Amino acid sequence: MPPSKLAKFSRTPSAGVIDWSRPGGWMLFAMAVAALVLVPVAITFSAFAHVEGDILAHLTEFVLPELLANTGWLVLGVGIGVSVLGVSLAWLVAMCEFPGRRLFDWALLLPLALPAYVTAFVAIGLLDFTGPLQTALREAFGPIRLPEIRSRGGVILVMTLALYPYVYLIARNAFATQGAIALEAAQSLGLSRRQGFFRVALPMARPWIAAGLMLALMETLADFGTMAIFNYDTFTTAIYKAWYSLFSLPAAAQLASILILFVLVAVIFEQRSRMQMRYGTVGRSAASRRIKLSPVLAGLSLLYAGGVLVVAFIIPVSQLALWARDVVANDLDSRYWAFAWHSLLLAGMGALMVAAVALLLAYAGRQRPGQAMVWIQRLATIGYAFPGAVLAVGLFIPVAWLDNVLIDTGRDWFGFEGSEILKGTLLVMLLAYLVRFLAVGFGPIDSGLHRITRNIDEAARNLGTGTAGLLTRVHLPMLRASLLTAAALTFVDIMKEMPITLMTRPFGWDTLAVRVFEMTSEGEWERAALPSLAIVIAGIIPIILLSWRGTQSHG
Amino acid sequence: MAELVLDSVSQSYAQRQIIADLSFTLPQGAIGCLLGPSGCGKTTALRCISGFEPVQSGEIRIGGEAVSRPGWMLAAERRRVGMVFQDYALFPHLSVADNVGFGLRHESRTGRQSRVDELLRLVGLAGHADQFPHQLSGGQQQRVALARALAPRPRLILMDEPFSNLDVELRERLSVEVRDILRREATTALIVTHDQHEAFALADWVGVMHEGRIQQWDTPYNLYHEPANRFVADFVGQGALVSGEVINDHQVEIELGVLNGHIPVECDASGCDECVRSCHVDVLLRPDDIVHDDDSLLLAEVENKAFRGAEFLYTLKLPSGQRALSLVPSHHNHAIGEKIGIKLAVDHVVAFRR
Repeated sequence: MPPSKLAKFSRTPSAGVIDWSRPGGWMLFAMAVAALVLVPVAITFSAFAHVEGDILAHLTEFVLPELLANTGWLVLGVGIGVSVLGVSLAWLVAMCEFPGRRLFDWALLLPLALPAYVTAFVAIGLLDFTGPLQTALREAFGPIRLPEIRSRGGVILVMTLALYPYVYLIARNAFATQGAIALEAAQSLGLSRRQGFFRVALPMARPWIAAGLMLALMETLADFGTMAIFNYDTFTTAIYKAWYSLFSLPAAAQLASILILFVLVAVIFEQRSRMQMRYGTVGRSAASRRIKLSPVLAGLSLLYAGGVLVVAFIIPVSQLALWARDVVANDLDSRYWAFAWHSLLLAGMGALMVAAVALLLAYAGRQRPGQAMVWIQRLATIGYAFPGAVLAVGLFIPVAWLDNVLIDTGRDWFGFEGSEILKGTLLVMLLAYLVRFLAVGFGPIDSGLHRITRNIDEAARNLGTGTAGLLTRVHLPMLRASLLTAAALTFVDIMKEMPITLMTRPFGWDTLAVRVFEMTSEGEWERAALPSLAIVIAGIIPIILLSWRGTQSHG
Repeated sequence: MAELVLDSVSQSYAQRQIIADLSFTLPQGAIGCLLGPSGCGKTTALRCISGFEPVQSGEIRIGGEAVSRPGWMLAAERRRVGMVFQDYALFPHLSVADNVGFGLRHESRTGRQSRVDELLRLVGLAGHADQFPHQLSGGQQQRVALARALAPRPRLILMDEPFSNLDVELRERLSVEVRDILRREATTALIVTHDQHEAFALADWVGVMHEGRIQQWDTPYNLYHEPANRFVADFVGQGALVSGEVINDHQVEIELGVLNGHIPVECDASGCDECVRSCHVDVLLRPDDIVHDDDSLLLAEVENKAFRGAEFLYTLKLPSGQRALSLVPSHHNHAIGEKIGIKLAVDHVVAFRR
């Protein structure tokens, strides 16, 4: 769910007092949304209440050690990779002047449009022993071998290339707003530029970098598609296997709850960093004071930034296009359009639902401001941190239980014959989308609502406008752009989403992402390219939105 | 336009009294001003009048009609009270013309159009009708806010720190302009500010507020020359208090000599006569009450000086160690520490009991 999550960094808590004796409708609504997030978490943890001994023994003996090692290496490698790549690129673009800087400023965000699983299968398709690169090398130079791409290093490389923009985007904004001032202050106190960077600018930007890093690591922990393609066992793939191969819901839930523990650590770090992001942002832009690089350094910068862009975006997209061209004649049939239609329909429904709930949740904060409401909103939007595989399990279990209750009641009272009522519907899937992507929609709407000050409301009322007029003549027109942004971002995230869709879709609801999964699990890279390309094209929308908002706020 | 009356209005929040026993009458068509330091309750008073805060006692009347009483208030949107906010609160999604026309929904299209045109001309923004608020300068936004508030012909206009976001030069020019515009629309207006220059430039009546109470409701002239208490004397204008002793009901003696004039020392209920005679008071000396005179035998030491262009404002140390201020033409340039001759030029006496 890439760039969208970043949109919510502009929240400001409002002050006030809550009257707990009369919580009121708005408060109850906000609490209900928060409960929707907490239920799947509680359910997954409750799986430890009735342990199936042999499965748990199997898990702890054979599965867990490998999962922990794999996850540990992955988090470490991706963490280092995205930090180095993200911070260095952010510093270059925000603080230095070199040819192409203005282009890279937004172009370096483009890899966000590629879901990691797409980069993954393109990398394998290209770099595998039988892939075009190695084949060409062999033909030219005889029997040489490149390092195996299907390896731990390969996963880390792909995830780094897919996720560095999180760190890049947030760090770039931090440097752009306070980097120049920090550097000048440091230099006026006798530090060299280099010392100024390491002793002032970098430490000042640390909360931002940490927040971006944590988002990238949450995505790493949540990733399912890439891990499946690389056959690299982590918690998400293990949950999926427990679900489909072992048919053990408790095992899946137990694995999910361990994964939640990891995620919570990341959440705590992220929230802490965000609270520290309070340094005053002095000055508007570093534009006039960018460091003039020497021709050699400028050339190296161009090579570096350009190289990242080529490897992380241009090559994968070009390869996708080539593959897609090969198969388009055969594959662009009615089945493809059905996948696309399902994707559009699900993403559309999800986006509308997320935007509506996010609007109400943001409005609740306006109607009942206060510290308590800020916490409830924070809880309600924490779902972005939970991997889709976890949410699928955590929401399927209670819905299945409810289903059984309904079926029993239906049979006893009405003679109902059937095995599922809710399970066979889109309910679980849509609820999981709502939980996972509510933050994506809430961010822009909440910050949009904060721009409508109390004085704006009072001005309208002084001019004779009642509550209904306030909504239709002031609030909705002023929020239109925010609502559109929220819906568009959510739409794209759902288009890309893989594990929730895969695990909870009703029969016959295959989407583009599901098609990508199926084709890649059979190693048919060319045929996975066509649905991937559609997803990538949709994914470019939020990047345009994001860089447009960026240029607006940086004047 | 209508008369505004506040009749011992009180308001408190979480056991803290924000405004207490607030009473004043602003005549129809007059411009009034609530002046006071931040936190004195003046903005709360404004919000009570505009209908966004309830009152806990007393009554607010606009044009003779009660609009706020304890336990009841007329909804803000039905009060016909216009408000100009400190941050202007213009609607960012509407053009200048649509902002100004926002409150004219019930008028015909042509009626609305002509009123909008009229107001934009009045505030000097006729050419900016189709622009959006963010395309305007601060001063222009301010005038749009005023035009928007005036458009529905409210009975009363309220302005909350209307010039605080503008730079000093613009502030002075605009306050004169706003006064003219309000006069031309013949609107009753109440302005809240912490800046006495603004208050004096705009208002017919000024209420100095402190700790939720009106200390004095008077004309600017009287506030300066006849402050009702120490707070007003200190807050309005510059000056120093010098100790003195009352000789009789028209003479008071301070260390620089005897001042003649009406001694407005209030008597407490007990023993009026004894109290006045030989009573210890503090006498207010404005900077223009002490005149520099090289021939005078009265000497004071220059302790500090501030160059004001045409004048110096000297802080003087009197022989007893008390301090006083004196405004002196700037060709009399004396060094700090120098002793200069002074004489009194007090035409009326302001004294407060100790």
